[in-house]
Amino acid sequence: MMQRPRTQPGFIAALLHRLSGIALAIFVPFHFLALATALNGADALDSFLSLTNDPLVKLTETGLVAALALHIALGLRVLAIEFLGVRERTGAAVLACIGVAFTFGLSFLLNAG
Amino acid sequence: MTVALFLIQRISAAVLAIAVVVHLATIIYAVRGGLTAGEILARTEGNAAYVAFYMLFVLAVAVHAPIGLRNVLREWLGWKGRACDGALAAFAIVLFALGGRAVAALYLS
Repeated sequence: MMQRPRTQPGFIAALLHRLSGIALAIFVPFHFLALATALNGADALDSFLSLTNDPLVKLTETGLVAALALHIALGLRVLAIEFLGVRERTGAAVLACIGVAFTFGLSFLLNAG
Repeated sequence: MTVALFLIQRISAAVLAIAVVVHLATIIYAVRGGLTAGEILARTEGNAAYVAFYMLFVLAVAVHAPIGLRNVLREWLGWKGRACDGALAAFAIVLFALGGRAVAALYLS
């Protein structure tokens, strides 16, 4: 999948899928550790959640939500091609996936703001 | 990638396709007006459906992420073999354990 010429949409799709996946794989263990602070009571979880008021943390969270949306959109594209035999216009499909990521990221930022 | 890993990767992806959409919708709904422990725990505490859904989510993540990373490590860094597979199996176990602990924390608190 990663052997295609680097200017082709298929290569860009695979690259974005991988980079978003790597970001999520790094983030997820810390997400689990953060949620587990609830083991020490609601106050402990609230204390952690207060960090999310920081604009930089909010921006990072927005990036992660966008990365999650991008990864799932690109993953659905792969499943549709492999299992449903969908024949796509790759460039348009990749742009749509980026659009999905942007939409979810912006929705998160506007709601969290 | 072996056939077994390929199938596990795609089956877990199909589970995650549903779970992540639910999770994203929940995130965007939940952050309105700021996150508080009280709001989160009100949804999760003692909620068996929450446990069932999120444990399936955690299991899917715990198998999906290491298999994806395995492809990246093999193709981009040339790291393969038993050491690589062992490290990723350990990563899978750690993800499942941490995820299960997080689900339990929000269910029991």
